[in-house]
Amino acid sequence: MTGQLAEPAPAATAGRRSPRLVVGGRDVTVQAAFVTLIVLLAGTAAITSDTFLTPANLTNLLKQMVTTGLLSFGMLVVILTGGIDLSVGSVVAFSGIVTAGLVAGFPIPVALVVGVAAGIGFGLVNGVLVARFGLAPFVVTLAALTTIRGLAFVYSEVPIAPEDPGFLTLGSAMVGPLPLSTLIMLAVFLAGGVFLSRTPAGRSIIAIGGNAETVRLAGIDVRRHVILAYTISGACAGLAGIILTSRVGIAQPSVGVAFELDAIAACVIGGASLAGGRGSTRATFGGVLVLVLINNLLNLYGVQSFWQQVLKGLIIIAVILVQRTNRVRA
Amino acid sequence: MNLELRGVRKDYGGVRVLHGVDLAGRGGEVLAVVGANGAGKSTLIKILAGAQPMSQGEMRLDGERVELRSPHDAHARGIRTVYQELTLVAQLSVTENLLMGNFPRRRGGLIDWPAAHARAKELLEGIGFGAIDPRTPAGRLSVARQQMVEIAKALVDEPRVLVLDEPSAVLAGTDLQALFALIGRLRERGVLVVYVSHRLAEVLELATSIVVIKDGLVIATTEPARTSEGELIGLMAGRRLEQIYPDRRAERGEAALSVSRLSRTGEFQDVSFTLHAGEIVGLFGLVGSGRSELARCVFGAEPATSGRVGVAGGAGGFRTPGEAIAAGLALVTEDRKGSGLVLGMSVADNIMLTTLRATTRGPLIDVGLRRRKVAEMIDRLDIQPPQCASMAAVNLSGGNQQKAVLAKWLLAGPRVLILDEPTRGVDMATRVEIYRMIDGLAREGLSVLLISSDLTEVLGATDRVLVMNQGRVTGEARSDQVTEDEVLTYAIGRAA
Repeated sequence: MTGQLAEPAPAATAGRRSPRLVVGGRDVTVQAAFVTLIVLLAGTAAITSDTFLTPANLTNLLKQMVTTGLLSFGMLVVILTGGIDLSVGSVVAFSGIVTAGLVAGFPIPVALVVGVAAGIGFGLVNGVLVARFGLAPFVVTLAALTTIRGLAFVYSEVPIAPEDPGFLTLGSAMVGPLPLSTLIMLAVFLAGGVFLSRTPAGRSIIAIGGNAETVRLAGIDVRRHVILAYTISGACAGLAGIILTSRVGIAQPSVGVAFELDAIAACVIGGASLAGGRGSTRATFGGVLVLVLINNLLNLYGVQSFWQQVLKGLIIIAVILVQRTNRVRA
Repeated sequence: MNLELRGVRKDYGGVRVLHGVDLAGRGGEVLAVVGANGAGKSTLIKILAGAQPMSQGEMRLDGERVELRSPHDAHARGIRTVYQELTLVAQLSVTENLLMGNFPRRRGGLIDWPAAHARAKELLEGIGFGAIDPRTPAGRLSVARQQMVEIAKALVDEPRVLVLDEPSAVLAGTDLQALFALIGRLRERGVLVVYVSHRLAEVLELATSIVVIKDGLVIATTEPARTSEGELIGLMAGRRLEQIYPDRRAERGEAALSVSRLSRTGEFQDVSFTLHAGEIVGLFGLVGSGRSELARCVFGAEPATSGRVGVAGGAGGFRTPGEAIAAGLALVTEDRKGSGLVLGMSVADNIMLTTLRATTRGPLIDVGLRRRKVAEMIDRLDIQPPQCASMAAVNLSGGNQQKAVLAKWLLAGPRVLILDEPTRGVDMATRVEIYRMIDGLAREGLSVLLISSDLTEVLGATDRVLVMNQGRVTGEARSDQVTEDEVLTYAIGRAA
């Protein structure tokens, strides 16, 4: 076959308006904007607040990231398939309170395993309902949100404070300068990044969000991968619930309300498409950093929590608008 | 109405895709625009439709210079465009699709439904499709019917220029005749029809003048009487194509796939055939004859009601596409964008989709092996541009997208390759490449089933042809011993 029939790819070079930053042949404008935003947020905090750079605040910041971080990775996997998982906040409460309850009477490892297993179980049910029965992810996980929250209260209406010091180290132990819990979250992100980019299952999950029929006809079991995605999200939420309980030293059945929204926000700030098929672990981690920095900054300034919510919402819109205008449309 | 374009240029962010196009057509004419994929036809259509502004140049309607700022602007000036992609809202009735925004009202502002359905009926009769019930949801109509509704919709406010982008791609037989008749009536009414098509035989039959576009330039303006299909292809490709279809001397091997008495309720019944190694078998049928459904069922994508599918040396029937692939089958579907590609993913990701689990080292994908395989396929199929591995598939031109789909299936190492309309929307030069490739694969011992609604292709590129009509195989013949008329007779179902 000859090369002279070559046709130029029409959109490959079309439609670029804003200046681009290219490093090593790759367009890194959005990434650069991201890093700038994070540096700007942290810089502002460092200059305008005496407390931001104190070890106590930084350690606190690192610990606060853990819940949002874990939930965001799980959420990203589900969003990549074109779904959504609204139940993660309730799973955090359920696994937290069940683990706290078990710590009193069982060995710690058993309590931990049961906490994560609960998350996996709920994720599995969500996944089966979505993939096997073809129900809408929004509806399935909305129902799960209220059901699992209810189950948390059924298990214990009152908060449970686990007193085992061994259990509490999970949230408080430091490894060098870094909290153990932060390292666990980072490990999840690293492993998750490799999973999505380098394993057949990870590639399949992303492809399913892009075009499930194409993937099915390529001989890949779409249902199994969708179920896997919800299970991963459930496992992350279960783990987050345990770590949160260990950090604050008390499990409340009411904890975690609206956590799913922060997780979704982190993915979206990181450029994930809610239609599925597009999103990255690194950028989602960036999204987590942005959210946590905003929270921390507003706390340091003593901004009233209601205004914090307002500001956070506005900042999310602003970030997404910047991304939208930057995206090269095909 | 007379339409004239002068020196039209179009740049997309520094890249010029139209280099000064001149066109002229008068009311009552059919102005055909032909060109290879990527020649600039789509851009030209968008400019005529008001969907894209031109960068330089001018448009004149009846001598008056006009500037189209939006599709709405174009409608207001009497220019209507029917795109290749269907735009009907599937859940809404034909009437609602046709009259959207222009419903007849009762006093008080409520929609007058009886009047609306009557008006829709009238529009459908006007295009020779009075048989379509205007109350049917558009999504329940066949693709061919939807295409005709699409055209009826463009005719609602009696345009004076009608731009048709590949209108016949989904039409065959009587539907196609109805389209031609409609174009004839529009000509009598003084409408200028701009007809963009890959089907050169049609263009030669319909057009009053033909414009050939290549690389964003008009390289020839001619008339049907003064040119031929071969000359047009040569102009489009920039070189002469002596032969479109390779010579076939099939050396038929052992049976590779046998289908016996396969049925799927409502789609096809009692279908039996056998494919042999090294053989190219054509499957012809009009839209709605059940050929694509048959292919999907053989491939395990839909369950059969009864019957058997067997491959050489194996048991029968596939419950999933995965089983079919494991048995050596590959299916290139007719809908490249809907089920062939993951458009947002890179070309490399798409090509690797069938062999994800075959390219791992331990649990991880072997990046080096993957890169080598992708590069090898891009080179072997001459996918353009050559550095496209990391480009999103959506950014490839139609012909190259089709090659990427083929690459994906060839990597899986199939023994039986089912191709459903592999050349739809693909320009003639790329088609010739695809025919040669199919021929080459058959020579290597592959068994190929080529599904097509293009009669010339189905006879030219194959050894044997099967004909389907209303879910049944109604004819079979050697491709060099049967005429197009005979095949069409089988397909329509009258006694030969």
